[in-house]
Amino acid sequence: MKKTHIIILIGIAALIGGLLMYSVDFSTYDSIDSAKKKEGKFVHIIAKLDLSQPIEYDPVKNPNFLAFHAIDSLGGKTKVVYYNSKPTDLEKSERIVMKGKMQKDHFECKDILLKCPSKYKDDKNQLEKNMQEQTTTEY
Amino acid sequence: MNFIGENLFIGKLGHLLVIISWVASLIAAIAFFKASSRKQDAEKDSWLALARGSFLVQVLGIITVFGLIFYICQQHLYEYLYAYKHASKELEFRYLLACIWEGQEGSFLLWAIWHALIGVFFMARYKKQEWQAPVMTVISVAQFFLLMMLLGIYISDIKIGSSPFYLTRNELDAPIFNRPEYLEFIKDGMGLNVLLRNYWMVIHPPVLFLGFASTLIPYAFAYAGIRNRKFGEWVKPAIPWALFAACVLGVGIMMGGKWAYESLSFGGYWAWDPVENASLVPWLILVAGLHTMAVYQATGHSLRASYFFIILSLVFILYSTFLTRTGVLGDTSVHSFTEAGKAINLMIGSFVLAFTLPMLVMFVKHYKEIPAIHKEEESSSREFWMFIGSLVFFLTAMFIIAKTSVPVYNKVFGTSIAPPEDVEFSYNKVVVMVAIVVGLLTAIAQYMKYKHTPGKYLLKKIAFPTLVASLITGLLAIFYPITYYSKGAGFLGALYVALFASIYATVANAMYIWLVIKGNLKQAGASLTHAGFALMLTGMIISSGNKEVISSSLVNGITLPASGKDPMTKQTDNPLENLTLIRQVPTRMSNYEVTYLKDSAGHEKGRKFYKLQFDRKEKGSAGISESFVLQPDVYMMKDNNMSSNPDTKTYLNRDIFTYISYALKDKNVEDTSTFQVTEMHIGDTAFYGNGQFVLNKVVRNPRNQRFQYQEDDAALMADITFISRDSMRYHALPLVEVDSFGLHHVDDTVYAQNLFVRFTGISDDQKVRIGVRETDQMIDFVTVKAYVFPYIVLVWFGIILMAAGFIVSLIRRSGMRGWQGALLLAGVTIALLYMFLFAN
Repeated sequence: MKKTHIIILIGIAALIGGLLMYSVDFSTYDSIDSAKKKEGKFVHIIAKLDLSQPIEYDPVKNPNFLAFHAIDSLGGKTKVVYYNSKPTDLEKSERIVMKGKMQKDHFECKDILLKCPSKYKDDKNQLEKNMQEQTTTEY
Repeated sequence: MNFIGENLFIGKLGHLLVIISWVASLIAAIAFFKASSRKQDAEKDSWLALARGSFLVQVLGIITVFGLIFYICQQHLYEYLYAYKHASKELEFRYLLACIWEGQEGSFLLWAIWHALIGVFFMARYKKQEWQAPVMTVISVAQFFLLMMLLGIYISDIKIGSSPFYLTRNELDAPIFNRPEYLEFIKDGMGLNVLLRNYWMVIHPPVLFLGFASTLIPYAFAYAGIRNRKFGEWVKPAIPWALFAACVLGVGIMMGGKWAYESLSFGGYWAWDPVENASLVPWLILVAGLHTMAVYQATGHSLRASYFFIILSLVFILYSTFLTRTGVLGDTSVHSFTEAGKAINLMIGSFVLAFTLPMLVMFVKHYKEIPAIHKEEESSSREFWMFIGSLVFFLTAMFIIAKTSVPVYNKVFGTSIAPPEDVEFSYNKVVVMVAIVVGLLTAIAQYMKYKHTPGKYLLKKIAFPTLVASLITGLLAIFYPITYYSKGAGFLGALYVALFASIYATVANAMYIWLVIKGNLKQAGASLTHAGFALMLTGMIISSGNKEVISSSLVNGITLPASGKDPMTKQTDNPLENLTLIRQVPTRMSNYEVTYLKDSAGHEKGRKFYKLQFDRKEKGSAGISESFVLQPDVYMMKDNNMSSNPDTKTYLNRDIFTYISYALKDKNVEDTSTFQVTEMHIGDTAFYGNGQFVLNKVVRNPRNQRFQYQEDDAALMADITFISRDSMRYHALPLVEVDSFGLHHVDDTVYAQNLFVRFTGISDDQKVRIGVRETDQMIDFVTVKAYVFPYIVLVWFGIILMAAGFIVSLIRRSGMRGWQGALLLAGVTIALLYMFLFAN
């Protein structure tokens, strides 16, 4: 066997090794209920802000403590605690991707990704809503 | 219904021109293909004439279309959806172009325009050559697919493409469109997304798309090589194009990084975001291909590998377009690209397949015919290690794209794999190994000779650079150690090795220019590029390894820290990294005392700047050694969302990077409470709600940081100390002034105690009247986060040096005239230096 071939094989083995390394620490997308079953494991949850519950955030007291409630499309609910400053457009978000671990009575969130309607400018509904708001005041 | 005030002609003209250009690109593709399958004869010439003619029609067509889109945006013709969606009247002029390529259609058009311009240049330069017809076939087919995305026509029920000339009233449903004079009511468009209002939005997309467009040319040459059965000859003319593409694409990617660093608050220039990866991967493969092509030119080895890499570099450009434009990435990317609809997704998919499958089939079919040398490269030869380096780049690219494509597997196989807890580290721990291997290879292989390198020669030449690099790394380790402890000793060790490897590569390649090629700069392209790349790696390792958060909420007790440990990771590094600054209360942050002075409106609507005064005070000395003001800003969007832009103080050896992590949305300036006036002598003490205050002195015509009065003015300033119950002391300097307009008060504030202080006047019995107003309103404050990035300037210098190196190689390989080359090199270097280091 040529040494080039050997090196290619080693390289491919390293690549597979690298990907396996990755597969060890990858996480999963879960619903709130399924996350509750794996308490303490790092998961991703896609949910919505539960507007029926208040958002707790007092930046003067502690800018790094945010607590709110989330509800997912299957109806699962949980309290969420986020030890960081409040994402500025949390209230406006349509969907929240939360990364973190489920604890006994709440979801300890490490990172929040918001999907906000404003960013979806190509969304037709949003454009129409905007058009409505802009023009109805003139009637 | 007849609508009033619409300008429909432009839309009709534009739509017609898109269709004409599309048809012309199809004719050009067929005619170039026909021409390429014939030997030199009259028929070939007539096919070529038709092909060139149609291609030029297409070029003129799409340039006019671009002009028309510019016109509808610039004139705010909101009857067109594109203008309504992307333009607005408050938009500054410089963002007009940016708002065109904000949209899907505009960015495809931009890409097509680069193809068109490259095509025209190509036809002029390779007029008589056999490469023209097959290469232009590929460009024309690419144009066919790109322009199809802009068609916006229906064939029976299937919508093909999305036109930039759609009318607002046809696309949106709103009652307003029942009125003929609806246009009068549409006051303004949506405008460019505020997150994109940045100077890089004007420059970065065109550069990146030029990189995409120029990657097509080496690919087209590879096709031409097979098609003309000139299996090896295509490499020589393709190398300058590959150099150009690698240069432009590389610079474009790092421009995106600089943009992220300047205006996104994730605190860095690279986050392994899918959109970033998607353009890095083709670059890595292209660079791999560039090296194997150089090997082929020098030795005749690695031709098949060159085909493979060059084909895949374009395939991955298209695949990344697929990833970022079809919405398949969904929740994993901060760059919120939107789902463009099934129709567009299918077309992008077919674009990818059309450039992947036929070419790979051709490659496999003719694989045996592609010449290869069966004698193996020697282990002491440069080409052997260059090939290994290319392989490492390629496998790294595969690793990155495999990880980035996880959402695709999830879609295809219905799995629910999500990114790991620490996404960046999951890449970094692999890439740091790559950096080590690549660093060592670029350092050592540069000193090897093609075919065979005598061991003594290599040792003699490489000894000195090795010594210098070891010394530098050793000194760094002692005097400026890397403090990235959070991932354990193993990773820290790997970082040190990578640091050595990248310094080694920088030093060895820089010295190569003097030691081996004796300062002949024309030959120095590769060395410069390598040195630049390695310098960039060095900068990345140092700036990320020693990145430091200097804002801590622990210093002013405003927060109530739950525990000293990060509640999430249970590590000792503190998550309380946000510092709340109360207006006008100096607060300690690392070596600085930071004061939030005031906020001010920008000239764009909804933009607010926060003026933060930084005074550098070394511990143990009283004086201020340095003062500067940073003005991070916050954009209030139309829907009341906020977006934060950092501001950075740049030194040669570090950047102080600060952004607002929380700000009050609107302050209540109305206040119902009134001043409580106390009459007092100097030295008297009086009480207020939360403590007492002392009138220290009264100064006539004060001259200090706050006031600058002359001798003949009539101003009195009171110097008052407030002592709160928790025995904190605050200073207030209210002032009263008599000028030609009468009595004039300059109040002072003690935000920490919610106090407004006024020098009300002097009483008849020569007592000083001090008014104190206590409010129960929310005090004014901002919460900031601040980082120090040490030596990040090396990253920007590195990319500029790398680009310059590519240009030097390009000049030599393309046989450009001396003065042309010098002009190009100087132009590019100066432009990049300005863009990366001085603009903004």
